[in-house]
Amino acid sequence: MYAFDIERPSSIKDAVAALQSEGAQALGGGQTLIPTLKARLAAPEVLISLTGISEMQGVCLSDDGALCIGAGTTHATVAREAAAHFPGLAQLASHIGDPAVRNRGTLGGSLANNDPAACYPAAVLGTGAVIITDKRQIAADEYFQGMFTTALDEGEIITEVRFPIPQKSHYMKFVQPASRFALVGVFVAQYADHVRVAVTGASEEGVFRWHEAETALGADFSAKALDGLSVAADNMIGDLHGSPEYRAHLVKVMTGRAVAAA
Amino acid sequence: MPKDHGIGASDKRREDIRFLTGAGHYTDDIKHYGATTAVFCRSTVAHGIIKSIDTSEAENMPGVLAIFTGADFADVGGNPAGWLINSRDGTPMKEPKRPVLAHGKVRHVGDAYAAVIAETELQARNAAEAIVADIEELPAIVDMAAALAGATYVHDEIATNQCFDWGWIEDNRAATDAAIKAAPHVTTLELVNNRLVPNAMEPRCSIGNYDAGNDSYVLQTTSQNPHLTRLLISAFVMGIPENKLTVIAPDVGGGFGSKIYHYGEEALVLAAARKIGRPVKWTADRTEAFLTDAHGRDHVTKIELACEKDGTFIAFRTETMANVGAYLSNFSTATPTFLHGTLMAGNYTVPNVYVNVKAVFTNTAPVDAYRGAGRPEATYSIERVIDKAARELGIDPIAIRRKNFVKPDQYPFTSAAGLEYDSGNYDALMDRLEGHIDREGFAQRRKESEARGMLRGLGLNAYIEACGIAPSNLVGVLGSRVGLYDAATVRVNATGNLSVMVGAHSHGQGHETVFPQIVGEMLGIDPASVEIVHGDTSKIPFGMGTYGSRSLAVCGSAMVRATEKIIAKAKKIAAHMLEASADDVDFKDGQFTIKGTDKSVSFGEVALKAYIPHNFPIEDIEPGLEETAFYDPANFTYPSGAYACEVEVDPDTGKVRVDRFIAVDDFGNIMNPMIVTGQVHGGLGQGIGQALLEGARYDDEGQLLSASYMDYTMPRADDLPFYTVDHANGTPCTHNPLGVKGCGEAGAIGSPPTIVNAVVDALQSAGKNVTHIDMPLTPLRVWEAMSNA
Repeated sequence: MYAFDIERPSSIKDAVAALQSEGAQALGGGQTLIPTLKARLAAPEVLISLTGISEMQGVCLSDDGALCIGAGTTHATVAREAAAHFPGLAQLASHIGDPAVRNRGTLGGSLANNDPAACYPAAVLGTGAVIITDKRQIAADEYFQGMFTTALDEGEIITEVRFPIPQKSHYMKFVQPASRFALVGVFVAQYADHVRVAVTGASEEGVFRWHEAETALGADFSAKALDGLSVAADNMIGDLHGSPEYRAHLVKVMTGRAVAAA
Repeated sequence: MPKDHGIGASDKRREDIRFLTGAGHYTDDIKHYGATTAVFCRSTVAHGIIKSIDTSEAENMPGVLAIFTGADFADVGGNPAGWLINSRDGTPMKEPKRPVLAHGKVRHVGDAYAAVIAETELQARNAAEAIVADIEELPAIVDMAAALAGATYVHDEIATNQCFDWGWIEDNRAATDAAIKAAPHVTTLELVNNRLVPNAMEPRCSIGNYDAGNDSYVLQTTSQNPHLTRLLISAFVMGIPENKLTVIAPDVGGGFGSKIYHYGEEALVLAAARKIGRPVKWTADRTEAFLTDAHGRDHVTKIELACEKDGTFIAFRTETMANVGAYLSNFSTATPTFLHGTLMAGNYTVPNVYVNVKAVFTNTAPVDAYRGAGRPEATYSIERVIDKAARELGIDPIAIRRKNFVKPDQYPFTSAAGLEYDSGNYDALMDRLEGHIDREGFAQRRKESEARGMLRGLGLNAYIEACGIAPSNLVGVLGSRVGLYDAATVRVNATGNLSVMVGAHSHGQGHETVFPQIVGEMLGIDPASVEIVHGDTSKIPFGMGTYGSRSLAVCGSAMVRATEKIIAKAKKIAAHMLEASADDVDFKDGQFTIKGTDKSVSFGEVALKAYIPHNFPIEDIEPGLEETAFYDPANFTYPSGAYACEVEVDPDTGKVRVDRFIAVDDFGNIMNPMIVTGQVHGGLGQGIGQALLEGARYDDEGQLLSASYMDYTMPRADDLPFYTVDHANGTPCTHNPLGVKGCGEAGAIGSPPTIVNAVVDALQSAGKNVTHIDMPLTPLRVWEAMSNA
């Protein structure tokens, strides 16, 4: 770790202002950034902690029935407070990392980082959620732009995420054995008139929707509906823990299991 | 009936109170006035020529006190291999120098070529980054077969990457070849014993101190054997006289073998302390631990088992390439040879065994003994090929083993690999295993698994290993450059309590609890009044430390001998006090009595008399009550066992779940059953880790891909089943006073083939023609094996 300063603004406005300074870096729960700093892979001059901003905290229902979660809300809080409204999301949050990670890591931090093996992007894309920032609203389909790449501008802060609550949903994760990130994670959500399927962990392009499965499941929301489908191994990640072919295979297996469990 | 105190009782581990309450004293906890920090510059390439190292900018940075490079150690000695192995043609192994800091070339990722000493860690790290090394990258030598065939060398001065080409037993080679040629059935298996990272919870740490007034040094370090470290530094590396160097290994947070060895960082902090006249501390971070702790295993083997059609074994023949990495670590040449080849007859009466091992230098971290050290590799090869042979011949896996077991009336039994097994009863172990595993119920359990879409497999295994390393006379013949006795001093204090100084080193084993149980029982006193002192060369006799499950069998025996001497002398003192002949003194339950009288004195009274020798026959008896014994065993000890497990394989994902694991072991006599059970649990965790999870993997450029816990899978609690562990009714070792055999490594030795045998059984049950999968059996590998079958 290199030496750095830290600031703890208490409002979004102050945080946005602080992030304008040279060498400033936003800090959410720090579950990725702090290990990166420890390994001396980044050298920000000042960290702007977003965890002291009360308007970015909490879980509530909007008038139109969406579940609104402050971007600074920890995974543990989501697991607890979303359970009654959106059990599929609560279950996802309750299986991120370990208790220490869930007590520090935040929804906004996960989405801003957009790790290709993170869990939350699957739920956000798999529900067509809306990402609210300090200056605009971004649809999930526009937000994720590839591994560690998002629609956010420099200095832009995610403040809230609004999830349309599905009738049924489930997230099925096959963990990478060492890190226990998603080797393949699939979020399926059934709405009145459509089904969404989002896959994390598998692709070189980051989280993606499996459109063929959405169509098939839209007609018949059962694991059997996937029978004729397959996922191409092109663009799948290959590493110590999974070949592209293995990941492609697991996408189908996990989708089927998510549907069965939803 | 279990005892409630003394030998055989499950006394709670007294050391755990300090470990579990944060009151332990690990090396990094030690704070010295004026302490400075060392940070190393480590190679980021696997192989390269050091063209130049520019330290000029770093030297002028804040807080920097000194900078060292390989040139500063060019004239001191190298860190040697402890065993000399001769090749089949009689030539000695190749021993390139292992310097304190890399000089001329870097040979693996993590090889240290410079060190910075600064006031603070931050200053040292900043300065280390400012050192500019011009390293001309060379092709990395990673694959062993390519290393043997290639013309690029890890060590140019030896002009080969082969350290040795060893045959065991060379005289048996022709007979073994002929037996295999003539055999009615030969089963062949090629397998890899996967490379492992030791992952002690506490990373390595060393503090050097130099006292200019006395021209003496103190090294506090994470070591399993401080005397060996002192000997290596004194006699080979730095030439510091032994009497001017104290090595202290305080509480050590696990070693698993990796802290047996002397490492260059220890020499560096001593040299730096002398140069700057202040204490110098280095603490490895986790990345350094991954890159530079001596790794374990890493064998590539072809094994053949020749047998009759009825399953009678005729011969085992193996060809193994053993990776020694970039430099020879201290026991790296013994591990793949005498701790491996000599066990290649297993538990069996097989008449022919021949083992060929080629040790290979590569641009990877040094490889050395890791929990089990050679015996896991032997057991894995033998027990996997037996399982394959049983399947080919249509013989039950338990029946084929029983058919070939050494029988109880055959001891002492000289195996075809040259060891003399003193005791054991493998059929009795298998009987007990069968009593635990409910084999009759397996078919029903398999059916229930299949109903849930899972494949169930049953894996079986028998193992023997050699512990209590080792008789100095024997290992001397085999090439060891050190003796492997151990030593203990029993000091009875005037007030009747005891300090027992032992050469063994406890880094999790529980010596501080078990050793007093033994001394307490022998002297009839409360074990709580016995304190174990270990780890400090200025306090303890010259012992060889802890590894190879040797502490109790070797050092414990020394302690027993020293305690016997105490009793003998105390009897003389008691005889004097009671005005009788020493021959008439009996000693029982802490009381000295005179035969045929009611006269007695207690052990405490005798102790006091020894130190306040008023009216004492000083011409016959010296004052004081302190005795030392060195114990050199007559043979190895031979723990053995029979293991079984059941696994469930998810055919859609390849994920293996261990449903149950049963370990039946013969450790001889048991001193503390609870601690033995804990040792077995730990060994099983590491063995199952090797089988299913752990693997150190380098890419073709020699970069360690699994260099953090993000990619190296350590076993977690939910990866492991509840165990059934049974170590009652062992056959005592015949040649040490406690009849103990050693229990520290068995779990890691016996479990990997058990797991793999079970997974193969599960896949075969689904009609998959899978005869072998290399460890670790990750979901990916199992799925690929099923997909390709």
